Amino acid sequence: MFEGFFALIWIVIKILAIALPLIGVVAYLTLAERKIIGYQQSRIGPNRAGVRGLLQPIADAIKLVFKEMIFPTASNRYLFIIAPLLAFVPALVTWSVIPFSEGLVLADVNAGVLLVLAFSSLGIYGLLLSGWSSNSKYAFLGALRACGQAVSYEIPMGFALVGVLMAADSMNMSEIVRHQAGGIWHWYAVPLLPLFLVYWISGLAETNRAPFDVAEGESEIVAGFHVEYSGMGFALFFLAEYANMALIAILTSLFFLGGWNSPFEGAGWLPSTLAWLQAPCMLWLFIKTGFFLFLYLWIRATYPRYRYDQIMRLGWKVLIPVTLVWLVVEGLAIQWHVQPWFV
Amino acid sequence: MMHDNHTWILATLLTLGLWLWWAYARANQLSLLQTAWHLLRSFTLFDLLKGLTVTGKHMFIRKATIQYPEEETPISPRFRGMLALRRYPNGEERCIGCKLCEAVCPALAITIDTEEREDGSRRTTKYEIDAFKCINCGFCEESCPVDSIVVVPEMHYHMEERGENIFTKEKLLAIGDLYEDRLASDRREDEAYR
Ligand code: SF4
Ligand code: SF4
Repeated sequence: MFEGFFALIWIVIKILAIALPLIGVVAYLTLAERKIIGYQQSRIGPNRAGVRGLLQPIADAIKLVFKEMIFPTASNRYLFIIAPLLAFVPALVTWSVIPFSEGLVLADVNAGVLLVLAFSSLGIYGLLLSGWSSNSKYAFLGALRACGQAVSYEIPMGFALVGVLMAADSMNMSEIVRHQAGGIWHWYAVPLLPLFLVYWISGLAETNRAPFDVAEGESEIVAGFHVEYSGMGFALFFLAEYANMALIAILTSLFFLGGWNSPFEGAGWLPSTLAWLQAPCMLWLFIKTGFFLFLYLWIRATYPRYRYDQIMRLGWKVLIPVTLVWLVVEGLAIQWHVQPWFV
Repeated sequence: MMHDNHTWILATLLTLGLWLWWAYARANQLSLLQTAWHLLRSFTLFDLLKGLTVTGKHMFIRKATIQYPEEETPISPRFRGMLALRRYPNGEERCIGCKLCEAVCPALAITIDTEEREDGSRRTTKYEIDAFKCINCGFCEESCPVDSIVVVPEMHYHMEERGENIFTKEKLLAIGDLYEDRLASDRREDEAYR
């Protein structure tokens, strides 16, 4: 009887061990975003709270917690409260199947990729409901845009993952990473380069980030779906967005950049004193994830927002055909056992 | 046998690719070469990467930020920030109550009442400027025949109580006393261009 209880406690501890650092990462990602975008626009960014602005996320969090939550008079109050939770919870749940290192995963399910796809689609309900329940034109338009965009970009995203599944012959995330062991040339970003790019672009669109952030589109529809939110509700949307960013970044590293495999694996030219660099390690995964997070911010600082019809054009008329073509090419490569990827 | 199969599939794919190339060129009314260049450019993300290098480089250039309360941008001697009334060196107020400034003020910010003083000269009894209405255009300064009303290059001031936005005659004269030296040096600096 007690065993079950302890197992439960153990699981809760593991969940906290993932969720708490994640929230820390998310908090400091907001600071990193403001700092990095600031630097790329030749300004300094926040630097008043704490040394070089390091306490800024904490100050922001305290401010948001103490702010009043305002409910628009004609809003649907229940959905209005549930919507940010619906956006936030899937963003956290998906982390349960993310392997951080060999065996270091909360739930080592065999259909991990499916779960990721399912939950990343679920997050869009939060946006949709928030837009609808706020009873505001801008929120409604933002929600519609977010929906159309998410539905369209789910398809190339799914197709890109089909390519990964074909190559790894498994839906288990750890298995996918294990298949990429054996040096930098074995990472799926090399044989599946187009799918890698498509996945990353769709990832940008899925998380509603620049240049695909028409759902927020502050220059046209103020703040889009969360225009009526304040205080904690707004904070939850914020957290969900950044948790999703971190998720896409880590997924891209797992699927295409070899996860925790070292980039120096099998590099014979390394001096023997640096041989430890070749070992697979959780740190490699975090470095790759960090790079993708940086890329998110870099892209945001660089590109102007897409026009909505162009987003649709890119999704349906460019990304989907590209993935389809490359799936055929990959299928042939697997059939013919093209070395060294498809043995 | 297996090899024949490969050749066929490859040939089919190649034909398909060539046909797509040709069809794309036709649809966009471009030559085949232009099409190839166009496709190469968009599929290697050439322009996008170029954009990224620009922002990437900017990360390392010197930052243009001015840490405002500690640092400030240099202020031009012609900067128009706050109004003041000047005096003659002997302490006599310059304003002769001609109301030219009141007439010229586009924002109707100035209100003047005049009266004859004991010595027979015309002086203002009331000279008020509503700082909320004033747009700091400097027309009053230009219109004044005795160089009495002036705009001083000061922008660090604020009001805390309702009503403080009305700058009374005493206040304006006090400001004038405070900024007399600054005004003189600014005038000297700007002399050559007047
Ligand atoms: S600066 Fe312009 S607006 Fe202000 S009081 Fe003088 S004339 Fe009026
Ligand atoms: S400030 Fe100058 S323009 Fe205005 S009333 Fe006095 S003398 Fe005339």
